[in-house]
Amino acid sequence: MTQTLTKVLTTEPFRLALSLVAIMAFVGLNAAYLVWVERKGAARFQRRPGPNEVGPAGLLQPIADAIKLLSKQLIVPAGVDRTLFRLAPLAVMAPALASLAVIPFSESLAARNINVGLLMIFAFGSINVMALMVGGWSSRNKYAIISSARVVSQNVAYEIPMLLVVITMIMVTGTMNLSEIVNQQAGAFWNWNLFKVWVNPLMPVTFLIFFICMLAETNRAPFDMAEAESELVAGAYTEYSGMGFGVFFMAEYANILLGCSLATVLFLGGWQRPIGILPGVFWFLLKMYLLIFSVVWIRWTFPRTQFYGLLNLSWKILIPVSLFTLVLSSAMMKLL
Amino acid sequence: MATEDILAPLASTPPQETFVLNLGPQHPATHGVLRVKMTMDGEYIVRAEPVCGYIHRMQEKMGENRSYAQFLPNTSRIDYLSALTYTHAFVGAVERAARIQVPPRAEYIRVVASELNRISSHLVWWGAFLLDLGGFTPLLYAFDDREKILDLLEGITGARLTYSYFRIGGLYNDVDDEFIKGTRAFVAHMRPRLKMYKDLVTDNVILRKRLIEIGPISQELCRLYGATGPVIRGSGVPYDVRKVEPYSAYPEFDFEIPTLPEGDSMARYLVRMAEMVQSLRIIEQALDKLPAGPVMAEKVPRVLKLPAGDFCYAVEAARGRFMVRIVSDNKEIPYRVKLRTPCLSNLSLFEEASRGMLLPDALALMGSLDLVIPDIDR
Amino acid sequence: MKNVFVEIYYGVKSLFVGMAITLRQFFKPIVTVQYPHQTLKIPARFRGHIELVSDPETGKPKCFVCKLCERACPSDCITVEGIKPEGAKRKTVTTYRLDFTKCSLCGSCVEACRDNVIRFSREYNLASTKKEDYIMDLFKRLEAQRLEIEKSEGDSTGSASVLAGHGPAAPASAEPSTRAPIQVEPPKPQAPRVQALTVEAK
Repeated sequence: MTQTLTKVLTTEPFRLALSLVAIMAFVGLNAAYLVWVERKGAARFQRRPGPNEVGPAGLLQPIADAIKLLSKQLIVPAGVDRTLFRLAPLAVMAPALASLAVIPFSESLAARNINVGLLMIFAFGSINVMALMVGGWSSRNKYAIISSARVVSQNVAYEIPMLLVVITMIMVTGTMNLSEIVNQQAGAFWNWNLFKVWVNPLMPVTFLIFFICMLAETNRAPFDMAEAESELVAGAYTEYSGMGFGVFFMAEYANILLGCSLATVLFLGGWQRPIGILPGVFWFLLKMYLLIFSVVWIRWTFPRTQFYGLLNLSWKILIPVSLFTLVLSSAMMKLL
Repeated sequence: MATEDILAPLASTPPQETFVLNLGPQHPATHGVLRVKMTMDGEYIVRAEPVCGYIHRMQEKMGENRSYAQFLPNTSRIDYLSALTYTHAFVGAVERAARIQVPPRAEYIRVVASELNRISSHLVWWGAFLLDLGGFTPLLYAFDDREKILDLLEGITGARLTYSYFRIGGLYNDVDDEFIKGTRAFVAHMRPRLKMYKDLVTDNVILRKRLIEIGPISQELCRLYGATGPVIRGSGVPYDVRKVEPYSAYPEFDFEIPTLPEGDSMARYLVRMAEMVQSLRIIEQALDKLPAGPVMAEKVPRVLKLPAGDFCYAVEAARGRFMVRIVSDNKEIPYRVKLRTPCLSNLSLFEEASRGMLLPDALALMGSLDLVIPDIDR
Repeated sequence: MKNVFVEIYYGVKSLFVGMAITLRQFFKPIVTVQYPHQTLKIPARFRGHIELVSDPETGKPKCFVCKLCERACPSDCITVEGIKPEGAKRKTVTTYRLDFTKCSLCGSCVEACRDNVIRFSREYNLASTKKEDYIMDLFKRLEAQRLEIEKSEGDSTGSASVLAGHGPAAPASAEPSTRAPIQVEPPKPQAPRVQALTVEAK
C-alpha cells in the first residue's frame, strides 16, 4: 500500500500540482504578511508602534484587513469595459505566480527547472504592465487614465536597463537556467555573483541598477506614480473596490517577492550557505527578506521623484551605465 | 525654460482640447479647504484658478460685535499654527491705541513664546510639504519635535494650539522656572535635529531635483501681489517686519534675516529652515536677558474704550506680514477690525506663477508658499 | 563632464546617508504614549472647563452673582442666577450653568472674576454621546466633589488646601484637583518601551 502511494506521490503531475499549491500558498501568505511587515516597518521608522491591537503585535491585522476587503461589494461602475475591468486584477496576479515556478528555493525546491527560466520570467513580466494599463483604461476615469499612461511609460523605460543588466548576468554565467546559476555560485560567499569583480568590475553597480529597476517595475516608492495619492486621487486603482483592490495590492507584493527572489538568485547566491549550518532554503528566505526589508526601508525614507525625473533617470543614466557594464564585462570575458 | 517658451505651443491649443481638473476642496495634501480649478493641456497647466471661501468664518464681522478683550480668542483661530503672533498683532494694536505701556518682562516672554510658535509652525509646514512630495517619514519626526514645543507652551498657558495667552497690557500669567529650563533644553535638543533634517531631506538628491529651479517667482511678481514672508525673502528681498518696522522687544536681539536670491522653491525651503535656526538664537538671547518684574501693565481698565481713530500694528507671522487695523469710534466695541493676512497675498501669485507648469511642479510650488486656508478666508 | 560624475557621486551618497538616518531611528524606542493604557501627567495650568470654588468654612460656593463672568464671555456660555436671602449682604448663587458646547477656553471669565470664585478644572476626558452632558451644571459638580472629598477624607492632603481656589496669578505649585491625580501608569509588561516624557537635553 505504501509502495503504490509513494509511487503515485512522486509522479511528475502530482509533484507539479503540489508545487503549484505550495507557490500559491506561499505567495498568498507573503502578500498578506508583507503588508504587516510594511506597516510595522513604517511605524518603527517613524517611531510609533504600528498595528498592535489586533492579535499579539498586530499579527492578526492582515486577516482583519482581508475580511474587511472580502466583505465589501465589488462595484463595477456603469460604462466601464466589463470584461477588461474584471480581467485586470487577475492579469496582474497571474504572471507573478507563474514566474515563481522557476525560482529555485533550494537544491530540490524548484517547481520547474526550465532551461530558459530567466527569459520566461521577463516574458511574464510584460503582461504585468499590460494588465495595469488595462485596469486603468477600462475604469473610464480621468485620473485612472492619466495614471495608467504614466505607469506604462515608466515600466517600459525601466524594463530596458533591467534587461541589459540581465543580459550581462547571462553572459557572466553562461546560462539562463536559474538553478544552474545558483549552482555556479557554490562555495564561500565571495563566489556569489555580486563579488565576481574579475568578470565584471562594476558588479555592485550592476546590482544597484537591477535593484532600482526592480523598484520601478513594481511601482514602489520613490517611483510610485501609479499610487501617488497626493497628486491625483488614487491613480490606476481608483475605481476598484473591495477584493478587486485587494488583489491589486497582493499582486504588488507578489511582484516585490518575485523581484527580490530574482535578485537573490542572480546576485546573492540563491540558497548557497555562507556558513555550513541550516538548510539552503533558510538562507534563501533570509536573503530575500533582507532585500524586502530594504525595499520597505527605501519607501519610507525618500520622497517621490517627478515623473520626468523618473524617465530621465532611466533613459539618461541607467541605460548608458548598463550598456557600459555590458560592454565592459564582455571585454573582460574576452580578454581573460 | 522660460514660461513663454513653454506656453508658445500651448497658445495654439484649441480650448476644446484642454480639460478642467478640479483639485477639490477636500485635498489629500494637507493645505486645508482650497479649491483649485485647473485647465490643463495634458500634463501642463494652462490656467490654475484658486477658489477660496470654503472656511470663511466672518472673523472681521465678529470683531464688530465684541469688545477688545472678547475678540482675543478669535485672533488665535485665524491662523492656528502661529496663533501667538496673530494675538500679538491685535493686542499690540490695542495697546498702541490706548497708550498702555507693557512691562519689559512681558515683552520678552511674548517674544520667546512667539518664536517657539514660529518654530512649531515651520515644523508643520516642513512635514506637510514633504508629505505632498511623497516622503512620509519626516512628518512624524517634525511632529515629535513639535510635541515638545506644545508641551512647553501648555505648561505656561494651559492650551496646545489656540492659546489665549497674551492679554491687553501683558500676559495672562507669568512663566515659571520649569518653562525656562525646558526651553533651554529644547533649544539644545533642536539644533542637532535640524542638522539631521538637513542630512535626511535637504541634501537628498531626489528632493533637490524636485525643488531646484521649480516654481520661480520673481521680485516683481512678489511686489505686484504683495507677497511677504519667506516668499519674498526667497526671491531676494530682505523684507522682515521685525527688522523693517521693529516692534516689541525685537530691537534688543541680534539675529539675521535669511534671504536667498534664486526665487525657486528650494530658496523658499532653505529660507524657512534658516529661520528656525534664527528663532532658536532669539529664544536663547531672550532667556538670557529676561528681566524681572510684573507681567501685566497697571491700570488697564476693565472696560476698555479706545479713542476715536485708526490704529494698526504689523507683526512678522510665520507666513508673512500680518497687520491688524482697528477703526474705533470711542466705544467699547470697535467699529471695524481689519485683518491683513499674508496667505491671501501669497496665494494670489499662484495663478500667474503656475502658468505652463507641470502638475507635480505646481503642487510643489503651492506647498512652498506655505498656505493655511483659514488665514486666507478668515 | 567631471561635474556629472561629481553630481552623481554626491547624489548617491545623500541617498545612503538618508537611509542610515532612518535606520538609526528604527532602533530607537517609540515615542507614542498609548492612550488608553497609559496617560499623561496633566500640567497644573491646564485649561479644562471652569468649576466653582467653595468656601473652606461653609462648604458653599463663594460666588455672589456679580455676573462679571457672564458679561466677559465672548460666546455667551455662562448663565448665573442668584437670590438675596433675608438679612444677608450679598446674593448667593442658585444656578451656575456653563454651555460647554460654545466655550473656547479663552479664560476671560476666570480673569474677570475678582474673587477667584471660578477656576479651570483639569478635566480632559469628556467624551459623551449626548449633547446634554455638555450643558454643565457647576453646582452639581461642586456637590459631587464635596462628597468625594468626604469619602476619601483619610487619604486626601487636607480638604481645605484642596478646595482653595487659584486664579490666573497663581504660583506654579498649584494643588491638584479633587479627582485622583492623573499620572503616567507603569506600562504593562508587553507594552513597548516608552520614551521619558520630559524633554531630554542632548
